Amino acid sequence: MTAAAAFDVTLARAIIARKQSTPGAALPILHDLQHAFGYIDDAAIPLVADALNISKAEALGVVSFYPDFRRAPAEGRVMKLCRAESCQANGCEELVAHLETKHGIAPDRPKPGAGLQVETVYCLGNCALSPAALVDGEPVGRLDAARLDAIVSAGQASAQ
Amino acid sequence: MSARVFVPADSSALSVGADAVAAAIEAEARRRGIDVAIVRTGSRGLFWLEPLVEVEGAAGRLGYGPVTPGDVAGLFDRNFLTGGAHATALGRVEAIPYLARQQRLVFARCGVTDPLSLDDFRANGGLQGLQRATTLSPDAIVDEVVASGLRGRGGAGFPTGIKWGAVRNAQADQKYVVCNADEGDSGTFADRMLMEGDPFLVIEGMAIAALAVKATRGYVYIRSEYPHAFAVFSRAIEVARAAGVLGANVLDSGRAFDIEPRLGAGAYVCGEETSMLESIEGKRGLVRVKPPLPALSGLFGKPTVINNMLSFASVPWILANGAKAYAEYGVGRSLGSQPFQIAGNVKYGGLVELAFGPTIRELVEDFGGGTRSGRPIRAVQVGGPLGAYFPESLLDTPLEYEAMTRVKGMLGHGGIVVFDDSVDMARQARFAFAFCAVESCGKCTPCRIGSTRGVETVDRIIAGDDRPKNLEVLRDLCEVMTDGSLCALGGLTPLPVLSALDHFPEDFATAPRRAAAE
Repeated sequence: MTAAAAFDVTLARAIIARKQSTPGAALPILHDLQHAFGYIDDAAIPLVADALNISKAEALGVVSFYPDFRRAPAEGRVMKLCRAESCQANGCEELVAHLETKHGIAPDRPKPGAGLQVETVYCLGNCALSPAALVDGEPVGRLDAARLDAIVSAGQASAQ
Repeated sequence: MSARVFVPADSSALSVGADAVAAAIEAEARRRGIDVAIVRTGSRGLFWLEPLVEVEGAAGRLGYGPVTPGDVAGLFDRNFLTGGAHATALGRVEAIPYLARQQRLVFARCGVTDPLSLDDFRANGGLQGLQRATTLSPDAIVDEVVASGLRGRGGAGFPTGIKWGAVRNAQADQKYVVCNADEGDSGTFADRMLMEGDPFLVIEGMAIAALAVKATRGYVYIRSEYPHAFAVFSRAIEVARAAGVLGANVLDSGRAFDIEPRLGAGAYVCGEETSMLESIEGKRGLVRVKPPLPALSGLFGKPTVINNMLSFASVPWILANGAKAYAEYGVGRSLGSQPFQIAGNVKYGGLVELAFGPTIRELVEDFGGGTRSGRPIRAVQVGGPLGAYFPESLLDTPLEYEAMTRVKGMLGHGGIVVFDDSVDMARQARFAFAFCAVESCGKCTPCRIGSTRGVETVDRIIAGDDRPKNLEVLRDLCEVMTDGSLCALGGLTPLPVLSALDHFPEDFATAPRRAAAE
C-alpha cells in the first residue's frame, strides 16, 4: 500500500471537488479520502457535507454506516481475515485463536505498535481456497498458522 | 511467433502465488533466450490446481498445475512449451473430467481468454448477443428473455424478462440498469471470477438490458472485498467505451449506454437491491420499503432494472443462440444453467456450471470429492449465510428453485459450503444470528433486535439453561423475523437457524459436540 499523506484540508478539498458533481458522490469521495490519508479524519466530515449539500449528521451517518471507513489511521499493515462459513469449515477460528495466543493480536482491536491490524470480514470470494485473507489488498489463500506467523513478522518488521 | 503461455491473474490464483509463477516463467525464458508471450487470463475455476499454467498444443490447451516458481526451470527442461511430460502435467485441460462434465454457457470463456482483449472476446463468440439485440425492437428483446425462462440468479428467482418488461413499459425521462456485484455470500465467487475473467460478458448483458428497456446509464456495484475484480472491471469498461461497445453509439446502433463502476464499503446488506440503490445514491445502506418497486421507482427515483451479475451474464448466450435453445437446459421451471460454487471443507472446490437439476450430492461428492479433512460430511449449507444446512439424508435433493423450497431451503447465488463431522450446529445457528446482528441495516425491528436476542437465546440453549423454554422462544423469534422483517437479511436468517435445529437437534440438546469431536 502506498504511504498515506498526513491529513491536510487543502488536499481534502481538492479530492472532494474532483467527484463533487458525480451523482451519489458520497462513497466515491470517501474512498478517495481514505485512499489518500488512510482514514477519514473528523475534519473531513464537514467538508464532505458542505460539498454534497447534506448535513454533517448525514455525512457522519454515511461514514459510520460502512465498515470500510476508518476513523483513525490503521496500526501498520491491514489484514482482512475472512471468518464466514466456508473459512469456518476450514478452521479460521483456530487461526484467530492462534493470533491471540501466540501474537496477542485480536481481530478488530488494533494494538499500538503491532505493525498489523486484523479486521474481520465475511467472505473474500476465495472460498475454494479457504481460509482466506487480504493483506494490504493482496489475496492470501490456504492460510495456515505458518503463513499467519510470516504475515505478523512482516508487519512487525515494517513497524520498526 | 512466440510461444504463448497462459497464467491466471484471478484473485484465487494470485492468493496461491500465480504472479510469482508468471514472473519465474518470464525470467527463465529470458535466461534461455526463448521467446515467450505470457497471457494473463481468468481462472478455469479448478482452484485446487491453481496456479494452473496452460500452453497451446495441437489438439487444444495443455495444463500444468499446481505450479510453483520452483517447478519452472524443470518445466522448461521438459519442454513444456510443446507439451512435454512433467510431474504437474494434466494433459488437455478441457478433457479434465471436472471441466469436461460441465455445461458452460456463462463461463465458456473464463480462464480461456485475455479478459481485457475485446478481439479475444469477439473471436470466442463475444458480442453476438448484443449485435443481434441491436437489430431487435425493445419488446422483441424482452420477449426473448421471457421465453428463455431466465430467473434472477441473485437468489429470489424472479423471472428476469418480466422485470425487464415492467421497466420497458414505465414512462420516464431517464432509466437505469444496475448490476448487483455485491457478492457477499460465503461460498460464492462466480461474480468475482467473471469480473476478473470475462468482464465484457457482463458489459454485453447490461447493454442488451439497456436496449430492451431504453436505459442510457448503468451502474455496477462491486464489493470492496474484491479489489482486483474492481480494478479489472473498471479497466474493461474503459476498453469497451474506447471500442464503441459502450458510449454514445453502442455498436453503431444509434443508441447510447454507459456504465459506471461503484465500489461498496463493506456492508453485506448492500447486496439487498434497495439498500444497494441507497448506497449508489450516496446514502447509508438502509433498506427501502417496497412498493414502490425499483422497476418503477428505483435509482434516483427512476425506473431501474436491477439484476444479479449472473443474470446479466446469462443474457448474451440467450440472444445469440435463442430462447428455445436456452430453455432446453434445466428442469421444471428452473431453466438454463446455474454456475454452482463448491467451497468449504471440500477436496476439489471450484466453479461448476451445469443445467439446473443435479443433486447436492453430485456436486459435493462427484465434483467436490468429499471433505478436505477426509472426515465424513455432516452438513452442507446451500445458498450462502441465509441458506439452509442440509444433513446427509437430504443430499439427494435436486438443485433447482422449487425442489429447494420444498426442503425449506433456497438456492441463493448457488454457493455450496461443506462441513465435516467436527461442526457444531448450535454454533452455526448462533453465527447466523450474530452475522445478522453485525450486518443488519437497523431499519426494521425484527432484524435489528431479533438477531441479538437470537444470539442470546442460542447461548442459553448451549449453556443448558431451561432448554425446552428457550427452544420455544427461539422458534417464536424465528417466526417473527421471517414474517416481520423488511428484507431477506432478517427474513431468511431463520432458515439456517431452523434447519440446524430441525436436522441436527442433538447439537442443541447435549454438551457442544466440538469438545467430543476433538
